[in-house]
Amino acid sequence: MIFKLTEEQELLRKTVRDFAEKEIAPKAAEMDEKEEYDWDLWGKMAEMGLSGVPYPDEYEGAGMDNISYAIAVEELSRVCASSGVLVSAHTSLCAWPIYAFGTEEQKQKYLVPLANGEKIGAMGLTEPGAGSDAGSLKTTAVLDGDEYVLDGSKIFITNGYYADIYVIIAATDRALKHRGISAFVVEKGTPGFSFGKKEHKLGIRASATYELVFENCRIPKENILGKEGEGFKVIMKTLDGGRIGIAAQALGIAQGAYESALNYSKIREQFGKPISANQGIQWMLADMATRIEAARLLVYQAAWLKDNNESYSKQAAMAKLYAAETAMWVTTKAVQIYGGYGYTREYPVERMMRDAKITEIYEGTSEVQRIVIAASVLK
Amino acid sequence: MKIVVLMKQVFDTEAKISLDGNKINKQGVSLVMNPYDEYAVELGLRIKEKFKGEVTVVSVGGPEVQDALRQALAMGADKAVLVDPGADEIDEYTTATILAKAIGGLEYNILLGGFKAIDDGSCQVCGRVAEILGVPVVNMVTQAEVEEDKAVVTCDIDGGSAVIEVKLPAMLTAQKGEIEPRYPSMKGIMQAKKKPMQKIGLGDIGLDAAQAAPKVKALSYSLPAARAAGKLVPGEPAEAAKELARLLREEAKVI
Amino acid sequence: MAKGIWVFTEQRDGEIKKVTYELLSAGRKVADSLGEELCAVLLGKGVSGLEGKLGEYGADKVYTVDSEALENYTTDAYTNILADLAKEHQPTAILLACSASGRDVAAQVAQRLGTGLMTDCTDMALEDGQLVFTRPVYAGKAIVKAACPEARPVMATIRPNVLAADAPQAGRAAQAVPVGGNTGDIRQVIKDIVKQISTRPELTEADIIVSGGRGIKGPENFALLEELADVLGAAVGASRAAVDAGWKSHSFQVGQTGKTVSPVLYIACGISGAIQHLAGMSSSKCIVAVNKDPEANIFKVADYGIVGDLFDVVPLLKEELKKLLA
Repeated sequence: MIFKLTEEQELLRKTVRDFAEKEIAPKAAEMDEKEEYDWDLWGKMAEMGLSGVPYPDEYEGAGMDNISYAIAVEELSRVCASSGVLVSAHTSLCAWPIYAFGTEEQKQKYLVPLANGEKIGAMGLTEPGAGSDAGSLKTTAVLDGDEYVLDGSKIFITNGYYADIYVIIAATDRALKHRGISAFVVEKGTPGFSFGKKEHKLGIRASATYELVFENCRIPKENILGKEGEGFKVIMKTLDGGRIGIAAQALGIAQGAYESALNYSKIREQFGKPISANQGIQWMLADMATRIEAARLLVYQAAWLKDNNESYSKQAAMAKLYAAETAMWVTTKAVQIYGGYGYTREYPVERMMRDAKITEIYEGTSEVQRIVIAASVLK
Repeated sequence: MKIVVLMKQVFDTEAKISLDGNKINKQGVSLVMNPYDEYAVELGLRIKEKFKGEVTVVSVGGPEVQDALRQALAMGADKAVLVDPGADEIDEYTTATILAKAIGGLEYNILLGGFKAIDDGSCQVCGRVAEILGVPVVNMVTQAEVEEDKAVVTCDIDGGSAVIEVKLPAMLTAQKGEIEPRYPSMKGIMQAKKKPMQKIGLGDIGLDAAQAAPKVKALSYSLPAARAAGKLVPGEPAEAAKELARLLREEAKVI
Repeated sequence: MAKGIWVFTEQRDGEIKKVTYELLSAGRKVADSLGEELCAVLLGKGVSGLEGKLGEYGADKVYTVDSEALENYTTDAYTNILADLAKEHQPTAILLACSASGRDVAAQVAQRLGTGLMTDCTDMALEDGQLVFTRPVYAGKAIVKAACPEARPVMATIRPNVLAADAPQAGRAAQAVPVGGNTGDIRQVIKDIVKQISTRPELTEADIIVSGGRGIKGPENFALLEELADVLGAAVGASRAAVDAGWKSHSFQVGQTGKTVSPVLYIACGISGAIQHLAGMSSSKCIVAVNKDPEANIFKVADYGIVGDLFDVVPLLKEELKKLLA
C-alpha cells in the first residue's frame, strides 16, 4: 500500500486550492447571502477543465482518475460547498451516467459539452413521494411513435434551471416497480419541460435547487440511456459514484472549518493566552484532525476502487456516511471554538456548519448509507 | 520565437519562518513558484501563442524545485531545465553565473523573469544574467508588445511609468500589471508529465564550483523582535479620535 | 589601494532625494572610521551645481556627469558611466538607494565589476573593519546580516527613510570633479514617460502614509483618506485587497507584492493586517490602526489602535489633527 498522492494529484490539489482561494473564497459569503451563484466562476472552472476531471481526453475531459476528481471537489468545497456540489452533481450525476450507459452518439452529443464545460448537467430523480425509494416514482415516460412523452415533476434538483442537460429517471412501466424505470437525457428548452419553484435552503444556498416540471414533454426515443427498464441500474451505479463526490464535498467542508478554527484558536486570546493553549480546545482540534484524516482515507479509497474497476458500492457508502457526519461534527466544533463570533456571518464557519448538514441528507441520507453498508456486510 | 523564463521556487507567502541554528529552517515549509515569475511565465506563454514559439523554464535549485517547474509546464511551457548548484551557500552572483551558463547553451530570442523574488527580494539575478549574456534589460515590466525583433514595453520607474523599446534578444523582468497568470488546466497537468525536464549539475554546463563561488556571505540570521502590541484608544469615536491625535503629538511625537 | 565610500546620488529633475542625504550621513561615519573619503556620484542633465548640497551632507568629493543623454534614467547609460568610474577609482563601497533605478543600476554594475550586492538593506555598520549590512528577508519575517568579504567594491542598496540624515553643515564644500563620462550604446530607447501627477508625496518617500483596505468598501471612499492625508501632508496607500478589488491602481499597493515603506507614521484604515501587508509596512516607526474588528491582525503591530468604524473615526480624527496642526 502506498499512501502518497502522485505528482499530478499534488499539482491538481495545489492548483484547485489556489484557484478556490483566489477566485471563489472572496465571493462565497456573498453568494450564500444572495442565494445566487456567480456563473463567471463556472466559466473559469470549465476553462481549467474542472467540468470533466475523470473523463477521457477523447470526450474533452481531463483524463484524470477519480481520486483527482475527489480532490478537486474537496478543494472547491473547502472554501465554498455550493461550488463543490455544482461540480459534483454535474460530473457524477449527469456526465457519468451518460459516460457509463450512453451510446457513442449520446456521448459525442452530450458528454463532450458537459466535459468541456460548455454545458452544465443535472440529474432528476427525487420526487415529492420518492427519493431513495426509486420504485415508487410517479414521473412517467410513455413511448409514442419515435418519442417518449414525459409527465410528472422532480424536486430538490441540484443545478436545476441553470443546467442545460438533465438525466431524468422516469417510470416506463409503473407496474414493474423498480424494474420498470428508465433513464433519459432531456435538454433544457424542450417543449413541455419547465421549472417550478426554487428552494430556499438552510445551507449550500448558492447552489440552485429547483423543481422540474414535465407536461407532455416529448423527447426523441434515442434519448433513453441504456435500455428500457435499466433505469434502476443506472441510478444505483450513478449514486455509488455520486456518493464519492458528496463525500469529497463533506470532507472539504470539514477541512475548511477545521483550518479556520485552528487559525482562530491561535490568534484569539482570552485570559492572556491564545485559546489554543487550553487543553479543552486542543482536544477538539485533535479530534477534528483525526476524523478528517479518517474520512479522507475512506473517500480516496472508494475513489481508488472505482479507478481500479473494483466494487466500490460499500466503500462509497461508508465514505459518504463517515465524511458527512465528520463534516457536521467538525463544523459544529469549529463554531464552538469561535464562540459568539462563530455564530455570526462575520466568519465562514457559520456558513460551513449550515452547508455541512445537507451532506447527511442528499444522495442518500446517512440512514440510507447504513442500509447499503448493512446489506453489504450481512450478505 | 524561443522564449526562456528564469524561475525561482520560494517559500509560500504565508510560511512561518523559524531558524535552524544559523540558517532559515526549510523543513515542512510549503514551496511555491515565485509570484513574479508566474507573471513572467504568463507573459512567455502569451508571446508563444502569438508567434508559435517555445517556452523553456530554467531554474537553479534542488530536486524540490521540480514541483514549481512542473507547474510552469502545466501552465503551458514546453521544457524545463533544473541546474543543481551542488551547494547550499549561494548568492545572486552564483545563481546568475549558473543561469547565464545554462541559458547560453540554449537558443533564445527573449528572456523573462520576475523582477524580484519574494523570499530574498534581491532584484538582481535577472539583471546580472542579462549583463553576462550581453543583452539589454528592462525591469518592472507591466505590459509588453513583442514583435519579431523588438519589444515595446511599459515599465514602472521612480515616480511613474515609461514606455521603452528594446531590440531582441532582451531580458524583461515582470512586475505585477494587467497580466493575470493562468491557472494550470487539468489537461495541462496531465500533459506536464510527458514534457522534458532536464536535471543537470554544474559539470554538465561546464562550470566548476569555484567559478560560481558566492561573493556575498550571510553572517547571521535572526527573527525580528515582535512589535509590542500597542494601546487601544478607548471611548466613543469622537473621544477616541481626540485622544489619538493627542497621543500622536505628545507621546509618539510623530506629528 | 581601494579608496572611498561612494554614494550614488538619487536625483529627479534636478532635485536630490532625501535618501541620498541619509546615505551620505551613514557613509560619512563609515568613511571616517576607515579613514577614507566619502564621494558622491551625481549623474543627470543640468545637475552641475548640486555638488554643494552633497557637500553639506558630508561628501568630500562629487563626481559629476552632466549630460543631455542622462536626462532620463536608462539602464545602459547609467551602468556604463558608474561602472567605468568605479573601475577607474576602485572604491571600497558603493551605496545606492533602493529605488527602481537604484536597484536597476546596482545589479548591472555589480555584475560588471564581478562583485557582491546586498539589496533593500535597513542598516549598515562596521564590524571588525568589515561593512556589514542588515536586510529583512522573507517579507520581513527574518533578518540577515551579510557582508561581501573579498570582492570590491562592496555594493548595497538601502531602503529610503530607515537611516537618519544628519543636519546639513552650511558652507561645507565638496570638491566638484566634472567627468566626461561615456554613456555608450543605450539599448533601452525611451518612447514615453508618464509621471504620476500628485500633490502628495511619493509612497516610498513619505513621512506619513494613510492607507486603506477592504474596509473602505469602495473606490469613492478613498476620498476620506485623501482628506486626512492632505491635513497631514501624507501619501495615500492601499492594501492588496483594495487593489485587487480595483479601487486603487497597483502603484498604491503597500505590501509584499507592492511597495515597501518605512514612514514615521503609518495610519491603516480598514486594513486587516494580512502578513502580505505587514511585510510592506512593519518597519514604520509608528503604526496606527482603525478597524472595526477587534481581532484584526493589524492591532498586533499597531502602536495605537481604535476599534471602530473608520467612516466615523477617520473624519473625526481629521478634524482633531487639523486643530492640533493649525
